[in-house]
Amino acid sequence: MRGMITILVKDLRQRAKDSTLIVFAIVLPLGMAFILNAVLGGAGGEFKARYAVADADRGAGNAGFAGQVLEPMRESGVVTLRPVATAEEGRALAQRGEVEAVFVIPANFSADARAGRPATLEIIGSVAAPVAVQVAREVGQSYAAGLRSVQLAVVAASPTGTAPGGEEAARLAERAGALPMPLSLREDASAVRRQLDITTYYSAGMAMFFLFFAVVFSISSIFDERRAGTLTRMLAAPISRPAIVLGKLLSGVLVGIVSMAILIVVSTLVIGARWGDPLGVAALVVAAVLAATGLMTALATFARTAEQASNWQSVVAMVLGIFGGVFFPSAQLGGLTALGYLTPHKWFMQGLADLAGGGSLQAVAVPVAALLGFAVLGGALALVRVGRMVHA
Amino acid sequence: MSDIILVCEGLRKRYGQIVAVDGIGFSIAEGEVYGLLGPNGAGKSTTISMIVGVVERDEGTVVIDGQPHDARNTKTKALIGYVPQELALYQDLTARQNLWFFAQLYGLRGRQGRSKVGEVLETIGLADRADEAVSSYSGGMARRLNIGVGLLNRPRLLILDEPTAGVDPQSRNSILESVQRLAADGVAVLYTTHYMEEAERLCDRVGIVDLGEMKAEGTRRELVDLVGENDQVLLQVDGDLDRARHALAELPQVRQVSGEGSGVDLLVDGAKAVLPRLFEVVAASGGAIRSAEVREPDLEAVFLHLTGKALRD
Repeated sequence: MRGMITILVKDLRQRAKDSTLIVFAIVLPLGMAFILNAVLGGAGGEFKARYAVADADRGAGNAGFAGQVLEPMRESGVVTLRPVATAEEGRALAQRGEVEAVFVIPANFSADARAGRPATLEIIGSVAAPVAVQVAREVGQSYAAGLRSVQLAVVAASPTGTAPGGEEAARLAERAGALPMPLSLREDASAVRRQLDITTYYSAGMAMFFLFFAVVFSISSIFDERRAGTLTRMLAAPISRPAIVLGKLLSGVLVGIVSMAILIVVSTLVIGARWGDPLGVAALVVAAVLAATGLMTALATFARTAEQASNWQSVVAMVLGIFGGVFFPSAQLGGLTALGYLTPHKWFMQGLADLAGGGSLQAVAVPVAALLGFAVLGGALALVRVGRMVHA
Repeated sequence: MSDIILVCEGLRKRYGQIVAVDGIGFSIAEGEVYGLLGPNGAGKSTTISMIVGVVERDEGTVVIDGQPHDARNTKTKALIGYVPQELALYQDLTARQNLWFFAQLYGLRGRQGRSKVGEVLETIGLADRADEAVSSYSGGMARRLNIGVGLLNRPRLLILDEPTAGVDPQSRNSILESVQRLAADGVAVLYTTHYMEEAERLCDRVGIVDLGEMKAEGTRRELVDLVGENDQVLLQVDGDLDRARHALAELPQVRQVSGEGSGVDLLVDGAKAVLPRLFEVVAASGGAIRSAEVREPDLEAVFLHLTGKALRD
């Protein structure tokens, strides 16, 4: 115990002077979180788009596409709408990046659509904003699908089985439009909240990703000590070999916990990340640090030099990070999504998402257990093999 | 009679097909300086590593102060002060922090630990620069600190593995004097070197090691006696060296021939009588003797006598 604590204190003193560790443990994850947040998210990670509307259908008033669809979106703050006189004017705005898409609504569009006559809604998109353009397209298609269902209802209600004309069609369309929806979607509050906003997502993702680099320094220092000859001196001292290893590992665990704590505090204060219940977050952080230390130590025991260990650890950290969904949601991996559960990163992010749903310590029991499983697995393998590292 | 502090017997270590140490054994008494003398690669450092307990031995026993010793025996490890051949220090820490760290590993804490660190800093002459990072030290200062770490636990057995390698003459002298003082205080010292002068000056007894084996051991007098009445003759020769060496080896008075460069080292019976004959033989072989030096037998001559090669070959 005495030897272990002595080595732990000495290692922490050395780590505190190590600018490389500070870069990997604090500067890089914070910097990456800031950048990704700025580029991909913004406050709260909410979607916002700037659209222009060239509305020649003004006569339709509130019953038109602009009044029924776009205005409610503007009022909810999801989009800003900029009226333009012509499609060309809107196209010019999109090309200059002043709007992301332009809705071009021709004259009599709403009336034609309601009467079942062919009507075309044109959407001009900016190539620089594919997501906003896709949203605009979906909005248009959704409106078209609604009109189509009314059209079908009108045809079905006609005794002849064909589209009626004139006032009859308008009356039927009005009745069809007034019918209650056969299927309504209820928003599951807990499901919606069990999703991290962009700011928290990237803060947590980068913290977890770089944690695997931060803990590496502790076990890799055995190689450095051997090269410097100080390991020989420790082996000659009246302390056990396990004390040397445990002192090193414990320094890695402490460095990991401290760096994560700093990242959590700074990302909360500076960019508004919302990590969730402190107890739950603490449990996740400790379990994640143990998992990272166990796995990286196990990996290091297969290496012959500090450089080799560092290279392997970088590759493994990157692969685990990708499959664990710290750079982008793991759902985007398609058929490989399930592989994420083989990474501590996925469980850490899952745990934080559970906390975002309003849960506390209990809510993260499964992710914490999974992370501890990684820690035990890595730790056991490391203990079996670490003796190979601790020699003169 | 002084207490025996270290007894090792039949030490053996093999790395794959290479036998690094083959059955080496010796003992050291309290206050005695025992030198292991041999060229680089002779097995000295491996022997020391097995005694210290940082390398597992394949065979053999080590007893320290009457207690069986191995790599896991922390009780006997606490009796040993170890100074490895290479600098084994944290370059980013100060001398005081280095000493404090190792002092704690040896169980020195609090006031006692700080006092011991201060004492060692005085002993090695670094008290005034104790709070500077080791990376700013000269080679000699770092060497002294390297030795200082080995003195922290007031060892019964101090093991120094070529502590003067790469050290300037002034620092070397200081190190040798320190070792002599420690021995005078009753510390048993095991000292490895490939410098014959150091072994002659410092060691009460010397073990001559080559190719992992103990070739001979004893006091300087006992070892020199092994050479008998032979004198050592050092020649500087111009011409065909190989031819000259072969011709000299044919002389009945010449016991050993070795050397490197333009030098020829000889062990001969009655140097003064045979010297003219040496000139004749070299001249007959087409060479010419530039200089000739006759020496009394020393450990260099002993090594040559025992192994057939010079200590620095």
